[in-house]
Amino acid sequence: MTRVRHGRIGGNAGPVTVISLALILIWYLGAVYLNSAQLIDRYQKNDVDWTLSQLALDSWSMDRAVLPAPHQVAAELKKSMIDTKVTSKRSLVFHAWVTLSSTLLGFLFGTVLGITLAIGIVTVRTLDQSLMPWIIASQTVPILAIAPMIIVVLGSIGITGLVPKSMISMYLCFFPVTVGMVKGLRSPDPILLDLMKTYNGGHSQVLLKLRFPAAIPYLFASLKVGIALSVVGAIVAELPTGAQGGLGARLLVGSYYGQVNMIWAALITASALSALLVSLIGVIQRLAVWRIRGMQPMEAR
Amino acid sequence: MSPGTGNSSTVVDISQLSLVFQTGDGPVHALSGIDLKIQSGEFVTLIGPSGCGKTTLLRVIADLESHTAGEIKVNGVAPEEARLQRSYGYVFQSPALYPWRTVEQNVSLPLEIMGRPKAERRELARHYLELVNLTGFDGKYPWQLSGGMQQRVSIARALSLEAELLLMDEPFGALDEITRDHLNEQLLRLWEKTSKTIVFVTHSIPEAVFLSTRIVVMSPRPGRVIDVIDCNLPTNRALEVRESPEFLQIAHQVREGLRSGHSYDDD
Repeated sequence: MTRVRHGRIGGNAGPVTVISLALILIWYLGAVYLNSAQLIDRYQKNDVDWTLSQLALDSWSMDRAVLPAPHQVAAELKKSMIDTKVTSKRSLVFHAWVTLSSTLLGFLFGTVLGITLAIGIVTVRTLDQSLMPWIIASQTVPILAIAPMIIVVLGSIGITGLVPKSMISMYLCFFPVTVGMVKGLRSPDPILLDLMKTYNGGHSQVLLKLRFPAAIPYLFASLKVGIALSVVGAIVAELPTGAQGGLGARLLVGSYYGQVNMIWAALITASALSALLVSLIGVIQRLAVWRIRGMQPMEAR
Repeated sequence: MSPGTGNSSTVVDISQLSLVFQTGDGPVHALSGIDLKIQSGEFVTLIGPSGCGKTTLLRVIADLESHTAGEIKVNGVAPEEARLQRSYGYVFQSPALYPWRTVEQNVSLPLEIMGRPKAERRELARHYLELVNLTGFDGKYPWQLSGGMQQRVSIARALSLEAELLLMDEPFGALDEITRDHLNEQLLRLWEKTSKTIVFVTHSIPEAVFLSTRIVVMSPRPGRVIDVIDCNLPTNRALEVRESPEFLQIAHQVREGLRSGHSYDDD
């Protein structure tokens, strides 16, 4: 099995590198295209003769580019992550940590809420009909519109700090968990439910010994979506509140002062954070599946 | 009709039982006017083509389906009460093992639900795994076993309830013929050893004749009993008995019964 896995990783490395290089190339070309209007304007004002290579080089080293080049963003990342002390308010690591803590708390709330709702929906028939429309409706409300209100309402009853922010993450995160868990809890074959019936197994035993273990693969799929949404929720929560820390605050500061590099650095940090968290869930999933199924190959499920 | 084997008691008592499913296309008579008494220690096989209601009848006995007319008693009480008392073990057509449980954990599942202590669960699971010749497989997961072995695990699981009645719904239907022959012999030994009452559903004539003390021939539309054939081949019989004249005679009788029910018409 290990040999097969090695093969797969080796097989993936090539295409992944090619796609990454292609994306960077497109980014560089895009930078030339998007920044050229501004540069040509400047050349004409100053009566400078210009060549295409000159234009390209200049468009990759502008202070206030429409789209900064990858190496400029990399330099900004290096400056704000490595060259700045972690405790400083200018450190991206500090801001990422602020966002991460609220993400994780919201993810925890959202997962608990999502699983609780799913259990309710699967076990109580009236909840299925009465609750599901509200759950779906909740996700049709634009999160940007509702986020400030949640923060203000919670602030007025004395809840401030991390919790209101994480509520936005929870709001986004619980939905995929509920939907996935409802599907998972309903996934056991009718024959397995019949079997429990012949044992005269009670509702709680059917839930605990059959429905819940059967739902685990569905739960992990939902958790991956849920944690990525939690990151989005945490950043959105930082935007309207004038938060001092967090990647959202960093995005806001960047756009106030026209610091495009700063915005891009924050965006890249946010997506790297999401990717890291999603793959972390993937690792936990593998460990859990190995543990419960005795290292059964995933495909053979 | 039934072989009066002395002081045996009636385990399943069915009279004039009918079951009508209400569907979009109108009522479907799944079972109609069934009369059947099964004595303790018998091996009764329900045989018939698809749609004759043999599985439905087994599910009615197990209270997985409710009849709409007539009477049925299992162990002298209504099927629901019998189910609540866990008075039967049920083997499904597919092994229906929980993939996240080991073989031993699968076998002890009913005991877990009954709240038996851990040591007892383990002991019983080991005992019944030994009975189906699966000693040493307790730590394996279902996906690591062949189809025949999985079905033996599910038989051990049904036995672990320690009920006197065993209901088996085409347990070997999905297996290849070689495995099926082998498991038929094993099941026969098991029945002789444990003296359980077995109700067995199949559509294989040789399987029915080889295993049973009584064969109930059923026919579809509506599902009904058309013949009950006594079948007392010598105990301790091996597969070779299938070439004996008595065996062929009974098999012929079953085939005639199926034919008289026009069972072949729609298949």
